[in-house]
Amino acid sequence: MKFDAWKGFKRGRWNESIDVRDFIQNNYQPYEGDGSFLSGATARTSALLEKFRLLQKKEQENGGVLDIDVNTVSSLCSYAPGYLDKENEIIVGFQTDEPLKRGVNPFGGIRMARTSCEAYGYKLSDDVEKSFKYRTTHNDGVFRVYTDEMKAARHCALLTGLPDAYGRGRIIGDYRRIALYGIDVLIEEKKKDKAEIGKNLMTSDNIRLLEEVAQQIRFLGLMKEMAAMYGFDISVPATNAREAIQWTYFGYLAANKEQNGAAMSFGRTSTFFDIYIERDLKNGTLTEEQAQELIDDLVIKLRMARHLRTPEYNELFGGDPMWITESIGGMGEDNRTLVTKSSFRILHTLRNLGPAPEPNLTVLWSERLPEAFKAFCAEISIDTDSIQYENDDIMRPSYGDDYAIACCVSAMKVGKQMQFFGARTNLAKLLLLAINGGTDNVFGTKIGPQLGPIKSDVLDYKEVNDRFHIYLEWLASLYVNTMNCIHYMHDKYAYEKSQMALHDTNVERLMAFGVAGLSVAADSLSAIKYATVKPVRNEDGLIVDFITEGDFPKFGNDDDRVDMIAHDLLHDVSFELKKTPTYKNAVHTLSALTITSNVMYGKKTGSTPDGRKAGEPFAPGANPMHNREVNGAIASLNSVSKLSYLDARDGISNTFSIVPDALGKTRKEQIENLVAIMGGYFGNCAHHLNVNVMNRELLIKAYEHPEDYPNLTIRVSGYAVNFCKLSREQQREVISRTFHECC
Amino acid sequence: MNINHCRISSFQSLGTVDGPGVRAVVFMQGCPLRCSCCHNPETWDINGGSLINSEELFHKILRCKSYFGSKGGVTFSGGEPLLQSEFLASFLPALKEEDIHVAIDTSGCILNDKAKEVIALSDLILLDYKYTDPKAYKEYTGMDLSKADEFLSYLNSVNKPTWLRQVIIPTINDSKESVSTLYSLKEKYACIEKIELLPFRKLCIEKYHALNIDFPFKDIREATKDDIDSLKKIASFYGCAP
Repeated sequence: MKFDAWKGFKRGRWNESIDVRDFIQNNYQPYEGDGSFLSGATARTSALLEKFRLLQKKEQENGGVLDIDVNTVSSLCSYAPGYLDKENEIIVGFQTDEPLKRGVNPFGGIRMARTSCEAYGYKLSDDVEKSFKYRTTHNDGVFRVYTDEMKAARHCALLTGLPDAYGRGRIIGDYRRIALYGIDVLIEEKKKDKAEIGKNLMTSDNIRLLEEVAQQIRFLGLMKEMAAMYGFDISVPATNAREAIQWTYFGYLAANKEQNGAAMSFGRTSTFFDIYIERDLKNGTLTEEQAQELIDDLVIKLRMARHLRTPEYNELFGGDPMWITESIGGMGEDNRTLVTKSSFRILHTLRNLGPAPEPNLTVLWSERLPEAFKAFCAEISIDTDSIQYENDDIMRPSYGDDYAIACCVSAMKVGKQMQFFGARTNLAKLLLLAINGGTDNVFGTKIGPQLGPIKSDVLDYKEVNDRFHIYLEWLASLYVNTMNCIHYMHDKYAYEKSQMALHDTNVERLMAFGVAGLSVAADSLSAIKYATVKPVRNEDGLIVDFITEGDFPKFGNDDDRVDMIAHDLLHDVSFELKKTPTYKNAVHTLSALTITSNVMYGKKTGSTPDGRKAGEPFAPGANPMHNREVNGAIASLNSVSKLSYLDARDGISNTFSIVPDALGKTRKEQIENLVAIMGGYFGNCAHHLNVNVMNRELLIKAYEHPEDYPNLTIRVSGYAVNFCKLSREQQREVISRTFHECC
Repeated sequence: MNINHCRISSFQSLGTVDGPGVRAVVFMQGCPLRCSCCHNPETWDINGGSLINSEELFHKILRCKSYFGSKGGVTFSGGEPLLQSEFLASFLPALKEEDIHVAIDTSGCILNDKAKEVIALSDLILLDYKYTDPKAYKEYTGMDLSKADEFLSYLNSVNKPTWLRQVIIPTINDSKESVSTLYSLKEKYACIEKIELLPFRKLCIEKYHALNIDFPFKDIREATKDDIDSLKKIASFYGCAP
């Protein structure tokens, strides 16, 4: 392959086949310096931002949704082009014909689309209703095959947030491929793949793959049409930085028009873009100011992505999130850092455009990252609370050096791996189910092996633990089978044609399971083991509460007695899941991540032996329960870092909130200390850290006067949210979290 | 006193305000002084707190080591850590073996042979030089200022890096004269690397209530950031970084 657009690039394997990583490795320029080269927002950028802010304000005043197009089914070419300010936008493209107007996407389920419209005072048009009347959606398919037991597990919230009525998401197309190769090359490659598959025996797997590739080819064509509507020809490679960013964004836009996945992540693009920017800077066709404008404009676009959701969905995943995760930095396999000037540029958008939850900027942390970059990240964290950090040193061995994070903590090789998203199961509820021998004490549902409630007056650790494992084994099998049904049907009725077209045809699949309530379950088992826990029964003999006497070790204090219980829980869940084969032979992975659903999970779970009362929220992700940490922040971080990434390869989320004064007296000290803390934490093989540097008082003020804090951004579990977009309940939970203070 | 055990009030794994960098802070139990401004009254009783053996304490500190970075370490605060000099003198060599930076946060009221051993084993002394006026010193601590001066002279004679720290209490020691006197100590004692002014806070009032002890300074207002910032300006006259 040879194109004029590639002039000045070093050749390599990437010229022979689709290989973006090889292109990056051959052409990028590592940057070890600091952020002093960066440019501020230009007048043009600020004016554009102001236009966006006004719309955003109207959106909030309108109850969270600015407008809905109820007449059109969202797809790549179903809307006329939309602009915020056509003359002044450098990067263009919206999901519908107007900024912030939401499209409807009924492919996941028509009911979801209908109720979402109704929730905001709209009505789905008869045309759309009619055209989906005789059409099977993903949701229809799943419910045709769900067993009674699966429905019961879902009903009593043992399995929650399952992607059975909306797009599963967590798939990252390698959108960079469009910029590097142009659509036509990608189509040619897919046609070759299709011809190869055609030589094989026509098994159901092969027939399915053939159909999928045929759909991918069709959607690559639609991407060209969509771009042409905006006046661009993406059939050929991008010739400069602006085109490279625009082409890449078109790929992402196509995915967002086609799918309403729970998490629609962006990938790992900044170092890729940097190669084009460096070339343009060298050629004198771009200035630093213009380079920053390109990135700023891209980020404005990403901040304006929207999906239409139901209020119930928001209750689970608060703040209208998109998880447009962009992974930044990390190290290469050859030990050169993957940090470039554009890694700085994209983080710098948090200054030029102000803090915001999207895109979900994720720094891939390595001990060997350039010190100046570490300090730059820490400084931006202190100022904006908008960055999350994930440990490149423990992910790189599994995923190489061209992986990206989908959603919050899910690593995958870009364009080579995809994920079947699996929400999560509630471990605290499972423990209560085991204690009650197969009856859920909140919903009254009978489910699982029917052993009846434990009879003793004081809970015996061995008895409870043995029982817990019986129920875990049962649940793990049910969970995998449920996931298999969901993803079979998603592939059948809502296959991600655009995104999968930007993957290798023979893609590796991961099936991501999850747990919630890890610290509640661990502390509860610790209470049973080290204190005296007396069950309280209702008239039916069901255990509905506990009297816990005496002290017991609590997760978050660097105490092995309970930390190892948490460690083993995660290990055992992972082990049990792997016993049941997955759809399409996906690799089983597991996460400890709740997003904001820890509030919802808590609401649906009875009192637990650790002293948590019925309905009270869980801690998010893998966090210790709020305010049970008595030895300070490092002890808490140490406890979480004992959870093994090998057991939870889909991520272990930890949200860390510290008041500024507790981080040091001067700004310089605060930056140095935050870098040291992250160095220690990740040096212990911990996986993920959300960093918030703020005072609780600020959140209380924002709770009382949300109108005064429209842009207050905080990290929750794996993502950032606009605090004011959370429900009151979620806000209260965030306020109640541990804030590490001066001792 | 025992060399295998010490009494601690609490262990905080993350401290950033008692010495340089990220630090573990061991709040030692027991103090011979009864300062009116004390914000850790729970550490006074020499028989209070809890016993911890040296292995356990060593392990706890070691668990924090990876977070210390290039500047951090462990600070022994209190209470008065030098009250347990015998323990510290036998405990600190193990930390030195691990190359862990050790700071001692003391009032300077104890200067016996064991305390001198502890000083020798430490990298930094945080000397809480409470008042520059002998009368105020006596009145609000019960000790003579001359003892603190004697301690400081000793630190100077052994060239021990020292940070002087003073809690600035409105109406008591917040005059320019008082702070000037404090900063002028740097001219006399070359061992002083830094002089820190800390704002008087009343967060401790809950602890006094819980212990049923009267907090003598309960009616004095807290020092603000502005109070401290304006006093810090004096520092530059004495060649101290503010």
